[in-house]
Formats: sequence, structure tokens, C-alpha cells
Amino acid sequence: MDGMSGNAWLPLMVVASALLPGLIIFGLPEEKVRLRTVLNLSGAFAKIFFTGWMLWGVYHGNSYEMRMAFLPGLDLVLRADSLSLLFIALSSVLWLLTTVYAIGYLENSPHRSRFFGFFSLCVTSTSGVAMSGNLITFLLFYELLTLVTYPLVVHRGTEAARRAGQIYLTYTISGGALLLLGVVWLYAITGTLEFSPQGILYHLDTTYHPALIAIFVLLIAGLGVKAALVPLHGWLPEAMVAPAPVSALLHAVAVVKAGAFGIVRVVYDIYGIDFAAELGVTGPLAMLAAVTILYGSLRALAQDNLKRRLAFSTVSQVSYITLGVAIVGPLATIGGVVHLVHQGLMKITLFFCAGNLAETLGIHKVREMNGVGRRMPWTMAAFTLGAFGMIGVPPVAGFISKWYLGLGALEAGEPWVIPVLIGSSLLNAAYFLPILHRAWFRDPPDSWPVMRDTARDFGDKETAWALLLPPVITALLALFAGLLASTWFSPLEWVQLIAQRAFYH
Amino acid sequence: MSSLLAIDWGVIAILLPLAGGTACVLWPALSKPAGLISVTGVVLAIAGLGWRIMENGIYRHAVGGWGAPLGIDLFADGLSLIMLIMTALVGLGISFYARRYFSPRDAVRFWPIWLFLLAALNALFLSADIFNLYVTLEMTGLAAVALTALTGRIDALGGAMRYLLATLLGSLAYLLGVALLYHDAGSVDIATLAQRIQPNAAVWTALGLMSAGLALKTALFPLSFWLPPAHASAPAPVSALLSALVVKASFYILLRLWLELFGDFAQGASMLLGLLGAAAILWGSLQALRQTRIKLLVAYSTVAQIGYLFLIYPLASAGNGIAAGMAAYLAFSHALAKSAMFLAAGNLMLFGGHDRIADLDRAVQRLPLTVAAFALAGVSIMGLPPSSGFVGKWLLLDAAMSQGRWDLAVVMIIGGLLAAGYIFKVLGYAFTQAEVPHDARAVPAGMEWAALLLAIGAILLGFMASEIFALIAVDLVVNADEAGTVWTA
Repeated sequence: MDGMSGNAWLPLMVVASALLPGLIIFGLPEEKVRLRTVLNLSGAFAKIFFTGWMLWGVYHGNSYEMRMAFLPGLDLVLRADSLSLLFIALSSVLWLLTTVYAIGYLENSPHRSRFFGFFSLCVTSTSGVAMSGNLITFLLFYELLTLVTYPLVVHRGTEAARRAGQIYLTYTISGGALLLLGVVWLYAITGTLEFSPQGILYHLDTTYHPALIAIFVLLIAGLGVKAALVPLHGWLPEAMVAPAPVSALLHAVAVVKAGAFGIVRVVYDIYGIDFAAELGVTGPLAMLAAVTILYGSLRALAQDNLKRRLAFSTVSQVSYITLGVAIVGPLATIGGVVHLVHQGLMKITLFFCAGNLAETLGIHKVREMNGVGRRMPWTMAAFTLGAFGMIGVPPVAGFISKWYLGLGALEAGEPWVIPVLIGSSLLNAAYFLPILHRAWFRDPPDSWPVMRDTARDFGDKETAWALLLPPVITALLALFAGLLASTWFSPLEWVQLIAQRAFYH
Repeated sequence: MSSLLAIDWGVIAILLPLAGGTACVLWPALSKPAGLISVTGVVLAIAGLGWRIMENGIYRHAVGGWGAPLGIDLFADGLSLIMLIMTALVGLGISFYARRYFSPRDAVRFWPIWLFLLAALNALFLSADIFNLYVTLEMTGLAAVALTALTGRIDALGGAMRYLLATLLGSLAYLLGVALLYHDAGSVDIATLAQRIQPNAAVWTALGLMSAGLALKTALFPLSFWLPPAHASAPAPVSALLSALVVKASFYILLRLWLELFGDFAQGASMLLGLLGAAAILWGSLQALRQTRIKLLVAYSTVAQIGYLFLIYPLASAGNGIAAGMAAYLAFSHALAKSAMFLAAGNLMLFGGHDRIADLDRAVQRLPLTVAAFALAGVSIMGLPPSSGFVGKWLLLDAAMSQGRWDLAVVMIIGGLLAAGYIFKVLGYAFTQAEVPHDARAVPAGMEWAALLLAIGAILLGFMASEIFALIAVDLVVNADEAGTVWTA
């Protein structure tokens, strides 16, 4: 292992903080609830601690890199740059909250050691994806993420879960195969896969350009499966059979974000945004993202199942990131990349709330939500904030993203994006506002839907604390990310730093 | 320390299992301890040999003091060493599994034959001439057939019979090739042959006969018809030995012949081998996907995985060192993963009393270590990271892409997808409840751990590619001035 000197161990610690508890938890007997909880939480806090340390360091110009030999001519590289730290910070905070939520959600349910073991491995892979310093390391963690999320998707062990699992794998493994093909091809041409600020391809002869375009298509298709770009999004609504904390994590930080993050890396750090624009691949990518944004929203309108409606909303929202990346200009980049964080905060809130409704009152469908705001005011308040954010109502975080995307589109001379943004916001409103209207303004039914067989009685309480606190906190974070966007510690400020490094080198 | 270095570890690696096997025959009651001691001893001997090779370069030992071309030479370079390490480690894992697996009645048959097989394999990987290779290959084949027929059940006997015919026919073809080469060049020593043979009609005929015979024994599609029934009907540890080690023996000989004798002029034949390999990947994977029983699924997966080994031939123009490294790495990776998979399948059979995939009945909760072993081995088989299967596939893909062999690259990618299909077919049913739930039978922890450790080995090997290539490369350097390194004890 070379490169282990100096600052190499911090990226390793971030990965290990999720990996080690996960491996230990696999070996724990079911009934060791307390020890498992301690392990989970200490891992989550350790990750926040190490992430904070690196954030501080990178802000002050330090760099953190771990490198070890892997293949002939290719190293495994974990590196913390400003972009990876954005993703890592998001995943650390949301991992902690989701862990708390999952502990509450799965109380007394079977196979929790297996669940939390894979849950931790899922966070491990996400950390690896975020800190990958080259495309081979990225590929490794990206595929690992597929493997460790599968047991979470089929966790319930029903026939429906098994089928959903097969669909999930059919999409993700095929995507992985395309990605692998693209990466090998790229490597055969360039002999390097290192992420670097202006990309690694601009010096290549123009005879390579057709091949580079084909590779771009392969890479984006491979990443687009996880990022749920239309028409590769089919797995996402199916994967809804998973338990709520899994859906929350999958949608907000882990799987779809790994895809979107990969697109950011490929466009900026492999191709380089200027070179990608010169190749003419950014325009079609932006179009694809725009189509996905509108299509996801349209499909969401028609869903009565709450989790499925949220799933199609994810399809739409994640593509804002791709859209921002594909529009060539610093402002659009800021809008896209900051949405990585904003969408995460808002969407995890919505899924936590959906889980609370299902767990507490047995509500799974939109039409069962009449008057639920009176029974569960805190949950629905958080849901409302999240929904407003998705629509883009100021000052919630989603507004900031859309504002920068719009400005960026105008700056880059792509005015067609504005109607897309407006149309999407109208559609967002059309599928979220009826939910809010039902929840707050209609009368509650005489009794709530029957709960599942492991009925839990919360009496007069809204729900368990462990289920209530996480969505309230994430909703507030989404609010403050918008409200305090111009302060030095906001995600927006950090993303401006990233965009500066991408454009003004 | 230097006295330890001077020991002829290669000789020990052959004689120790022979002695152990003889002891098993003489004193059947002691066969289990004798077997375990011998196998552990072989692991140590191979470690000693590896140390010696790393210190002194290529290992040569003239048995009885008669060197080539008259006597029998033992010879080991990096490629042989890797095959020996593979045999020793996988054999150790399977032995610890077999310790608990066999009833006393079967155990007294299993141990002596397995130890003879181990001796034959070690001798084969240590041989430097094509006639010795024939003798050891024949011993390997006969021991393997005997193991297949071990239980004496009807299906096992049928599988063994077909296997016997295939293996005899294969060796016969190989032997004819040996005779032709000896007649043409006047030697059976590979190094001598390499200097003497020219492409002529006799050499071409020898090439055809030897390749066909070895391809039959390695079960290269379409000569793979005998493998699924033989491997699926044998007891689990035997299936593991056959799939992981025995098919590698004939593959190794073919690789040696190609690297040292035929590779320079037989480009067309290389292409043919590659084509068959590609067909094997597709056909074997599709067949595996169709199976409803785990052991047959795993056996067809072997047919497919052997296909990957043969893709090396058309891609070998990257250089012998790289080709040998890739071959050794892929073989090692497959040996670990496939043995783990067969052992896990054996556990699942013991646990449920059957190996129907659709009735796995929550094995993931009731037999987690075994399912973990199957899953980890499966990750390597389908070539997903982080595993040795991924690294092996990456090396092949990289070679294919740099040589513009798109067809081969696409076949490899499709093969990976199909493999994911059949692996996750098993894993998906391991999560669900069967329609008719059944009671689980206990599986000894040692058998679960043996499978899991082999599977973990297949994952960890994924981080040791540079070590494997370094072993191969050390030899290439030493080869350059061989005179200084040929020495006998």
C-alpha cells in the first residue's frame, strides 16, 4: 500500500465507520437489541465526526487520499474533494437519522441483524462511491451497492418481494454491465481512469471522438439505470415493496444518488464539461433529463398508492441533477449539484412520513389520507414542508435548486428549459397539493385502515419518537437549506466552491 | 534457514499424499486423520516450495539424479506454483468439509482415492515433460472417475461411466500426440521440444490430437456433454474437487503446450479455441439458467466458466507472461468460487433433503453461512466487484478491447448477465417460504464454514492480482538467464 502516509487514513475511516459495525452486526443474535443499536449509532456518529474533520480540512486546502494497488496499472483510490464531501456529508447526516428511524420502524420485527448489517454495507458502498478517485474504484462501489441493497429490497421474504428483487436486479445488473463495457473501452483508449478537474480526454485526437461519444452513451446508460432516467426507471416503483427506511435511503442518498453522482463525475471529471459540450453530448443528455422530469411527474399524478407516487416523483426530481449538469454553465451546475443535497433532504422527509402513516395508521393510499393532519400533525407538517420544497415554493430548499437551474439555463442560452421547469413545478403542485388538501382540510374517517398483523398501539401519541423525530429534523434541514442559503455553512455555498473549481480553473 | 530452503518440497508434495493414501488403504480406521494430516502437510510443503521459488527462482529436481532428456525432471515455475497453491488450498477446504460429510462407510473409500488424486495433481503440476504429463493426467482421470462412482448409486455409476469413457478417450488422443511429437523431435521434454519442433504435418496432427483430447477432458463445449451428469451426481465434496481442480489439470497442460510449443504458429487454432470458449460461455450459462436443481445449475455454470479460460488463447498475443498470468488467475478464482458453491449446494441438500431451487424455503434465515457462501462465490462467478471473478473478467475484457475483439467482449458481458440470472434465481428463492414448508435438518458448522471460507478466498483473491502477476513475472526474469538457476539438491 503506497500513499498510506499523511492524510490517507481519514477516507478509510469514513468507509470503515460503516463497514465494521455492519460486519459485527451480521454476527449478532436477534435479541441483542441494545448492542446492535449502540453499534449502529456509534458507527453513524463516527462517520459524522470523520466527515466533519475532512470538511474542515478541505475547506482549509488540505487533501485526503488513500491509494492501493488493485489491477495492473490501476489503483483503488479514495479521495475527498469538495464534490465527494458534499455527498458524504449528506449521507452521514441522513444515515444517522435513517438509523434512528429504522430502529423505531423495525422494533420487534424479525431478521433485524441481517437488515442492519446490509444497511451498514449500503452506507459503506455509498461512502465509497462518493470518495472514489477514479472510475474503477467508482465501479467497484457502484456494483457493491447493487449487491448489498438486494437483500434489503427482498427483506420481507414474500413472493412479491422476490419478484421485485428480480426486477431490481435485472435493471441494475444490466446497467452495471453497460457501465463496465464503457469503462473498459475508455481504459483501452486512454490508459487512465483518474478523475481530474478538466477531464482526461481533451487531449485525444479527433479520430477518437466517435468512440468517445459511444462510450459516453454506454456510461450514461449504465448510470442512468440507478439515476432512473427514462426509459431506465422501471425498477424504482417496483422496489417500493421494501421497508420504509430502505425506500427512504434508496431514494434520498444511496441508489439513485449514486447514479446521479456518477453522471456528475463522468461529465465533469472524465469528459470535462467543455470537452463534453464540444463533443455535443451534453445537449441530448439535457433533453433526456427534461423528458424524464416531465414524464415522472405525469406518472406520479396517476398513482393512488402513496409510496408509488413518491417513487415517480423521485424519477422526476433526480433528473434535475442531471439537467443541471448537462447545461453548460456555472449557475446551472450549482443548481444541479446542490439539488443532490436538497432532493435528498426533501425526499427522505416524504418517505419517512409515508412510513409513519403506514406504520401508525395503516395508510398506504392517497385516498385514505383524509384528515390525517389532525391525527398526526407533526408528521404531516414535515410532509407539507417536503412537498412545498418539491414544488419549489420559497424559501424551502427546492426553490433554490430551481432558481439556479432557471438562471443557469438563461445564462447558457437554453431558454427551452424554463417551460420545462415551470411545467414540472405545476405538475408537482398537481400531485402534492391534493394530498395536502385531503390531509388538512377534509374530515377524518371514523376509523383508520386496518393495520398489519403486528399491530402497534400508540394510544394518544402521534407515533413513536424514533419515527417522528427524523422527518421533523430533515424537514427543518430542508427549510433551513433554503432559508439560510447565503450563509457560509449552507450546501449552496459549498456547491459554489465546487462550481468555481470546475469552471474557473 | 538455508537447510529448510534446500529441502525438496516438490518431492514431498507428491510423496506425502501417496504415503497417506497407502496408510488409508492399510488402516481404514485411520483414514480420516491420515487424510487430514497429509493434506495439511501438502499445504506446508507447497508453502515451502513457494518460498524456495521466490528465493531461488525456478525449481528443478532430477529424480534419482538423472536429468532431462533421460530421467524424470520435476519442475515448477510461477505458473505451476500458482496451480499447486490452488490445489493445496482448495483441497484443504474440501478436506475439512469432507471430514464431516461422509458416513464411515463412504469415508474409507473417499480418503485414499482423494489422496491419490492429490498426489497425481501435484505430480502433474510439477512435470516438465509431455510423457510425465500423460502419466499423471491418466492417474488424475482414473482417481476422479473412482470418486464419482464412490456412492455406488445408479445415477452416480451412469455419470461415472460416461466420465470414464470421455477421460480415457481424451488421454488416448493426447498420448498419440505425444508419440507423434517424440517421433518428430526426439524428445518429450517441453524445453527441448520448444527448440526443435517446426510446423509440419506431424506436429500439426499432434497439435490437433492433443488439443482435442485435452479439450474433451477439460469439458470445453461441445465436448462438455459428460460433465454435468458426472459433477451433479457425485457427492458434494467430490463435485467440488472435480469442478475446481480436476478440469484445471488438463487445462493446465493445454496452456503449457500452447505457451511453450504451439502458440507461435497456431494462430488459427487459437481462434478456434476462443470461438468454442465463447460458445461454451453462452451455452453453459443458458443451460444453467434453465435448471431447476442447484447441483446441475452449478455444474452447467462450470461449463460456462471453462469457456472464459479458453478466451485466453485468441487474446494471448498480448504476451506469454500476461496470458499465463490471466490463465492462472482465472483458474484459481474459479477453483475457489466453484468449490465453495458446490459445498454450499451440498449443505443445502443436507438441510432440505433435496436440491430443488424453488423449495429452498427461507434458507437465508436458517442456514445463513451457507447462503452467504453461495452468494459470495456467486458474486465472483458473475464477475461483479469486489471479487477475483471481477478482476479476471476485467483483465480479459481489457485484453479483448485493446485488440479490437468486440465479439469476445460482448460475449463476456452477456455471460456475466446470464450468470447473475442463475445465481440470483437461487438466492431469490432462499428468501421466500416454500409452498410446503419443511423442517430444517442440522448442518455441521464445520461444513458451513468450509464453504464460506473458500468463498471469502474467492473475494480476497480479487485484491491479490498484482501478487499473482508478480509470481509469474519473477519467473520470466529468471527465465532470461536460466543457466544460473538450474540446480539440483
